[in-house]
Amino acid sequence: MIARQMKHRGDALWIAALVHRISGLALAIFLPFHFLALGLAIDGTARLDGFLRWTDQPLVKIAEGGLVLLLAAHLLGGLRILVIENFAWRDGQKQLATVAAAISLLVAVVFLARMF
Amino acid sequence: MNVRLYVWQRATAAVMAPLVLGHIAVIFYATRQGLSAADILSRTRGSIVWAAYYGIFVAAASIHASIGIRNILSEWSPLNERRAGLIAIVFGLLLAALGARAVAAVVLS
Amino acid sequence: MTDTHEELAVSLWRGSEDGRYQAYTVPRRESQTVLDVVTFVQRHLDPTLSYRFACRVGVCGSCAMTVNGKPRWTCRTHVEKVAGGGRLEIGPLENLPVIKDLTTDMEQFFRKWQQAKGVFAPSQTRHDAIAQIRPDTPARAAADAAIECINCGVCYAACDTVRWNPGYVGPAALTRAWTLVNDERDAGNTARLQAVAADGGCHSCHSHQSCQQLCPQTLNPTAAIAGLKRRTAAAYLKGEIEA
Repeated sequence: MIARQMKHRGDALWIAALVHRISGLALAIFLPFHFLALGLAIDGTARLDGFLRWTDQPLVKIAEGGLVLLLAAHLLGGLRILVIENFAWRDGQKQLATVAAAISLLVAVVFLARMF
Repeated sequence: MNVRLYVWQRATAAVMAPLVLGHIAVIFYATRQGLSAADILSRTRGSIVWAAYYGIFVAAASIHASIGIRNILSEWSPLNERRAGLIAIVFGLLLAALGARAVAAVVLS
Repeated sequence: MTDTHEELAVSLWRGSEDGRYQAYTVPRRESQTVLDVVTFVQRHLDPTLSYRFACRVGVCGSCAMTVNGKPRWTCRTHVEKVAGGGRLEIGPLENLPVIKDLTTDMEQFFRKWQQAKGVFAPSQTRHDAIAQIRPDTPARAAADAAIECINCGVCYAACDTVRWNPGYVGPAALTRAWTLVNDERDAGNTARLQAVAADGGCHSCHSHQSCQQLCPQTLNPTAAIAGLKRRTAAAYLKGEIEA
């Protein structure tokens, strides 16, 4: 790459696309662990309970808040794509992208607030 | 990425949109006052609805994540298309297997 | 033209892929464009500088370069709009091989145009009556909204998916394909949809919308590509094309 700056990358919609990709990647990496945790139920309630007690720690709760943020952000980013690809073009997408980011943040904050 | 992968990617996305909303609602409900294994399992054990909802979710997520990983690998890693596709399929199968096991774990007694 | 007695600190890319930026000082002039700046350097400071231009007025698409991080038409970019702090960094368009200095090899851009079947396939001959095309049908309106591309390469240079995926045909080729998909005179749409439904076609687009933000003709390749995604998905599901 020759250009020393890539100005369009600061654009709201480019960031929306990047958030969508990174959140998807993070969720994909998280999922196997999520499934393994639930799979502890195979051995009965005791092992699953032990794991759930571990998740009561504040740091884990904050990480869970982060996961909720990722999930909400990925969902809203995905809806952006589905709308662009299947409905008539709409202007004002930058504002919608900002609103979507705010909603994701709100959902995660509410989740965390209920935890502490 | 071609039309076949695209159709599967977007179709599983559309299927999952309402499932994700429901899942977020479940997360909020389940975490309203501490969470115990007994709380969870008393609701999920023997439930056809639970099995169907999360069974479909696991299948759709496995396909969707697999195609997404394929895109990321082919665009951001030095792997060629074939290798990227192979790793993505293996990953998708892993998710499907672990996910089916998880659903079975909470639904079957 | 009044001389404002100010100077610009200009960095120009010199050499090929493994070249470097070289600094020049250019006098500032009223209503100066970036093309004026480059031309001044070549005429008065360094005749070895290589660059392209033709019309100077924004109709030919030859003078596109990367200006302070964004691909632009240099003939229509006023210095006062982009030279914050009197500094300009000018390089060749991204995503294309550099021939020398500010000129790039556009071969892949036009090859991908052909690959996406951005070429009219006639359905009639000179002996048939002239087709009566109404300008207000939805299809013709869609084609007209996308038709004014002058192949400047700005969208191609701006697109990160082009950067990350060498097989991606890019926004310009797909926009032209979209105009032809909407052209009722065209007889080649099955082959065209098949071409843009293949690897590197319209489904590679992630809707970053850099193309739409930066197109100097205010075209909207993101919307054109979305249209192609709908048409190819429908054709695929109906069995008219294959994956």
